[in-house]
Amino acid sequence: MTDELETEREDGRRPPRAVVGSHRIEEEMFGKVFDGNIVKRIWAFVRPYKKQMLIAVFAVLTFTATQLAIPLIIRYAIDHGIAPGTEDHSALLYSIIAFAAAILINFGASYVQETVVGRVAEDVLFDIRRAMFSHLQRISLSFMDKTEVGRLMSRLQGDVNSMQEFLETSVLSVGDITLLFGIVGVMLYLDFRLGLLTLAVLPILFVVRIYWLPRARIAFMAAHETNSVTNGALAEAIHGVRAVQSMDRQDINFTLYDDKAHANLRAHLTAAKYAQVMVPIVDSLTGVAMALVIVVGGSRVLNQALDVGVMVAFLFYIQRFFDPIRSLTLQYSVMQRAMASGQRLTEVLDVPIDIIDAPNAKDLTAEMDGSVEFRNVVFGYDPKHPVLKHVSFKVNPGETVALIGPTGSGKSSAMALVHRFYDVQQGEVLVGGHDVRDLTQDSLGQQIAMVLQEPFLFTGSVFENIRYHKSAATREDVIKAAKTVGAHDFIVKLTEGYDTELGERGGNLSLGQRQLISFARALVADAKILVLDEATANIDSYTEMLIQKALVRLLENRTGLVIAHRLATIREADRIIVLQNGELIEIGNHDQLMANGKLYSKLYNLNYSSFDDLPDEELEAATSGDFKT
Amino acid sequence: MSSDALKRAANRSDSLAHVNAAGWGRGLFTLVRITRMTLRHPWQTTFAIGATLVAAGLQLMIPRLLGHAVDQTQTAMAGGVAGKIAESALLTTALILLTVSILRGLFTMVQNYFAEAVGHHMGYELRLACYEKIQRLSFSFHDGVHSGDLITIGMLDLEGVRMYFSTALVRTILLAMLIGLGAYMLLSTDLVLGLVALSFVPFVAWRSSVTQLRLRATWLELQERLSVLTRVMEENLSGIRVVRAFASQVYELLKFDKASHAALELAHKRVGIRVKNTSAMTLSFFAAMGLVLWVGGNKVIAGEITVGTLTSFLTFMTILQMPVRQLGLMVNAYARASTCGTRLFALLDLDVAIKDAPDAKDLEISEGILRFEDVSFSYPQAAKRPVLQHLSFEARRGETIGIVGRPGSGKSTIAHLIPRFYDVTGGRITIDGQDIRNTTLRSLRQAVAVIQQDAFLFTTTIENNIAYGDPWATEPRIERASESAQLHNYVLGLPMGYDTVVGERGVSLSGGQRQRLSIARTLMLKPAVMVFDDSTAAIDAGTEQRIRIAMRRYAKDRVTIVVAHRLSSLMHADQILFVEDGRIVERGTHESLLAAGGRYRALYDLQVRPDDNIAATTKTEARV
Ligand SMILES: Nc1ncnc2c1ncn2[C@@H]1O[C@H](COP(=O)(O)OP(=O)(O)OP(=O)(O)O)[C@@H](O)[C@H]1O
Ligand SMILES: Nc1ncnc2c1ncn2[C@@H]1O[C@H](COP(=O)(O)OP(=O)(O)OP(=O)(O)O)[C@@H](O)[C@H]1O
Ligand SMILES: [Mg+2]
Ligand SMILES: [Mg+2]
Repeated sequence: MTDELETEREDGRRPPRAVVGSHRIEEEMFGKVFDGNIVKRIWAFVRPYKKQMLIAVFAVLTFTATQLAIPLIIRYAIDHGIAPGTEDHSALLYSIIAFAAAILINFGASYVQETVVGRVAEDVLFDIRRAMFSHLQRISLSFMDKTEVGRLMSRLQGDVNSMQEFLETSVLSVGDITLLFGIVGVMLYLDFRLGLLTLAVLPILFVVRIYWLPRARIAFMAAHETNSVTNGALAEAIHGVRAVQSMDRQDINFTLYDDKAHANLRAHLTAAKYAQVMVPIVDSLTGVAMALVIVVGGSRVLNQALDVGVMVAFLFYIQRFFDPIRSLTLQYSVMQRAMASGQRLTEVLDVPIDIIDAPNAKDLTAEMDGSVEFRNVVFGYDPKHPVLKHVSFKVNPGETVALIGPTGSGKSSAMALVHRFYDVQQGEVLVGGHDVRDLTQDSLGQQIAMVLQEPFLFTGSVFENIRYHKSAATREDVIKAAKTVGAHDFIVKLTEGYDTELGERGGNLSLGQRQLISFARALVADAKILVLDEATANIDSYTEMLIQKALVRLLENRTGLVIAHRLATIREADRIIVLQNGELIEIGNHDQLMANGKLYSKLYNLNYSSFDDLPDEELEAATSGDFKT
Repeated sequence: MSSDALKRAANRSDSLAHVNAAGWGRGLFTLVRITRMTLRHPWQTTFAIGATLVAAGLQLMIPRLLGHAVDQTQTAMAGGVAGKIAESALLTTALILLTVSILRGLFTMVQNYFAEAVGHHMGYELRLACYEKIQRLSFSFHDGVHSGDLITIGMLDLEGVRMYFSTALVRTILLAMLIGLGAYMLLSTDLVLGLVALSFVPFVAWRSSVTQLRLRATWLELQERLSVLTRVMEENLSGIRVVRAFASQVYELLKFDKASHAALELAHKRVGIRVKNTSAMTLSFFAAMGLVLWVGGNKVIAGEITVGTLTSFLTFMTILQMPVRQLGLMVNAYARASTCGTRLFALLDLDVAIKDAPDAKDLEISEGILRFEDVSFSYPQAAKRPVLQHLSFEARRGETIGIVGRPGSGKSTIAHLIPRFYDVTGGRITIDGQDIRNTTLRSLRQAVAVIQQDAFLFTTTIENNIAYGDPWATEPRIERASESAQLHNYVLGLPMGYDTVVGERGVSLSGGQRQRLSIARTLMLKPAVMVFDDSTAAIDAGTEQRIRIAMRRYAKDRVTIVVAHRLSSLMHADQILFVEDGRIVERGTHESLLAAGGRYRALYDLQVRPDDNIAATTKTEARV
């Protein structure tokens, strides 16, 4: 029993079924450097700030111009005001004045540019995030079911951030490119031949880059990807820590995580090699260019064919010349990352909203009768494997109907359809006499309150959780709802009563308590139709009975749909629907169903009459429904 | 971390409460500690620092050489030196310059690479340490901290510490060299001009440090606001069904906007602070350059210095421009490393509240007797509220204990105490006479398996989920466990069978399927004590009964504890405990409890005799 759990076998093999994190390769796309479509999409977010961006670009150009002007001014000062042999030293004074003007303009331009770009980039970041978030609020649940929250979060954060970085750098790139061209232009203007000679080093740089880029790109992407892999594994460890500890998986997980972290380390070291190998190359080329200027330019100065100031200016420009090239390289990888991020963002923004309000959708008003009807409904999460098969029933206004059936028979799925979480494949679901597809989703949500099988609570106080979106609800309403479900007693015993802060997912409450709070939340919503999906599964029968008594009053004039495995829960129901294997096999009131001796009566007997073991055949009959799905 | 989370966490041994109170002393201490960590990679550190020194020296030679070349032309012209000789002298200078440039490039490469390498190695070590710590920290720690905050520490803060070596330490050395040596060279060449050239340094250094400290303060605030935003988004997505069920998208967007605006506002403010600083720094730099030109120009005219010297002054300033701008980044890197490091180390240094005692021995199972002796407990977060009070019971191998009680009465808490997810605050729990606090955690947790009430399923295949506790398991064993949990037939019906991925936390399963999966994965372990914490609540009576029958096979050689609300689930137990407010108020077998006519009897009546529930109600009401 206490034999050591092996984390690896002698040959270094890892356990065959052990993984940490749930990384999917196809997620990490290798972005193109430039993708017109994505740029267009992102541009849509920038457009509202077009004016600011124009100002920023203008400021960048001004800024670049002053950068270019400064060595020229120095050159002028040296040649005309300082160098031996110049008579009129007032040129120095003029130069200084020009210099002062240039740096003041430089100051103003860089201030404007950086402020505007910085702010716009933040604005755009928040805008994109909001657009995605609000889009996610509409995307159908079938997409959300398949997508991990962590993955979406990394889009809402990491990817959005790299878009911001992209915006900031792209304005800078405009400056860098202008600077590059400006320097080339000025050098050629100052001395055409020397200029050409200096620029002769550029082709070498291009050749090297062409060779270097694809390799470096792969290395950078790999580093980026292993980051998200290790981070994903860490997030899983945090969320699943209780399961990990209770199954004593720490050692194995650590070994597996070590593999991933180590791969991450290696990828980063490789990427660093690629990034750094360019440094000596660029530096050598700078050296070559400067040496050329000294030798060729110098001898021409000696021959009096060139002013010494020009030579000085050249030396200045060469040093500035490689700066934009260097930063363009940096920006290149930022661009590339941004394209990959942009792609992932547009992917989310492009997820079609399958479930949208029809153009002429009506509001479901509180005056509707509250009936719910399924007409020949066929539905499957995967259309090829229907979960509900030709289900038809009608719940009359004011009626309370129970849904029962073996686990996995499709009860929760049926309730999800009433709310139009998913669209049916065949048939129709009607609420208040209207097909749910002809109603606005908002009004549908307002008229139906639901206690979900999984009680999910938000961080925040107990009060805020019960009130939830019903901001109009008073404290009295909240307390009343809590009393109805029997939660009041334990709430007031909490350290700060209704103002006690709940932990993540309500972790500092017992599961039954969480369920009661989520029940109270549904009551505060004050809707015409109440759906209870195993709302009392984790609650004792006594509390449950108290709730039921209170509900009888509450459900007057309302429609109730109740799912339960404990059949005592549904004894107040007017009618009972039995689902098995996605099919409706019985419907009727308790007496009718008991009389026909089918599944209901068997389940009922299991629940009540016999607290002893049933013979196997009978069990088989009662539960076989689940097994053929 | 949000302040209320901290407040809640405040009085626990393993909490992060003290972290934000970090003052200067602690920050400094953190930096020392990170620096010491880098020494674990002595070679790489030496290479990085050595290369930095050389690279800085070489870089300083460049302006010298440039000035020298300019001077050569000037003196040659003035002195009428023969063209050939002057040209070859220029050639020599050019070649030296080329060599220096190449060497500088190479050394910079070495410097950068090793600086990065040290950082990545540190990052790797810290990642492992962080992961291990998080895995080991007790439940009570995790109860008190939001997972998002831990993720921030493990990702962002770790990054801040990792970058310390290259962006703070190495850069400091580089800047000190450049500015220091450069200042020396300038001042020794020409004191006045040197002072003029360096006049911007103190201003910029002061300015950028002040700014960075202000940015750091707002950075902390921004992190806080962003973490609120993160929480809003994350909970919205995790609770998406609730959001949809209540059609509360508008409300959620409002929540989002509020958090988002708060963060955006601060982000704008930070841009302002940053930009004001950089622009002022550039301006002061250029102003100094203008002064050099003016003062130097006049000196050239006066014949005090040569054009070459002026050139080397000016080039030198261009070289300095970059490092001086980086002063700000450097200060920022220090500030970042100290805040991030303080938080990260606070996590890494946490004392794991529940760990092996120094003299802990492996649990020896002989008779298999589990005993609660006068156990009391309260959760560390709400220490004043007793959850269990003076609880005693005993269970032997082969026996089943049933536990019933109202929500919040303490049933799950009992289950959590046996594998030491929490430690008792009074009394003790023993297995075969050994206090579980004196046994090794590993042996204890292998001996005790709890099927948790809201079990966490991993986003992986059904097979991997079942084999989670025993990843070497053979397929037949997995299938057997799955059969016992009544899951096998369902899985066979799936298109992908055991390779079906269950979705996050098992969303693509029905409630009952999730519970059966977590039963199956627990059956893979071979524990001496097995606890079912309300783990069949979402399963219909028929399926449950089959599970119960299958369980009998396992029950022979272990203690089984069943928490349930459905009495048929536990009526066969050898002993049933009725828990109320953390006390056992009734105990006995099903029959004896029925005969006693107490609370248990009332519950039974409610569940069994639905038709006269009025009578049952009144009876229960009289009692409860
Ligand atoms: N989001 C989903 N994606 C894919 N399949 C799903 C999803 N939700 C449920 N299913 C599958 O649909 C079937 C019906 O599930 P449903 O949740 O409706 O069952 P149920 O009757 O509520 O069962 P239980 O009583 O166990 O809660 C199950 O086989 C389940 O695996
Ligand atoms: N992590 C926690 N931190 C603080 N208090 C807690 C924590 N978990 C539970 N409690 C409190 O301890 C008490 C007992 O909770 P416990 O989970 O043991 O109840 P339970 O009997 O299992 O209830 P249920 O039937 O609802 O599962 C409850 O009042 C609950 O609010
Ligand atoms: Mg369900
Ligand atoms: Mg519990």
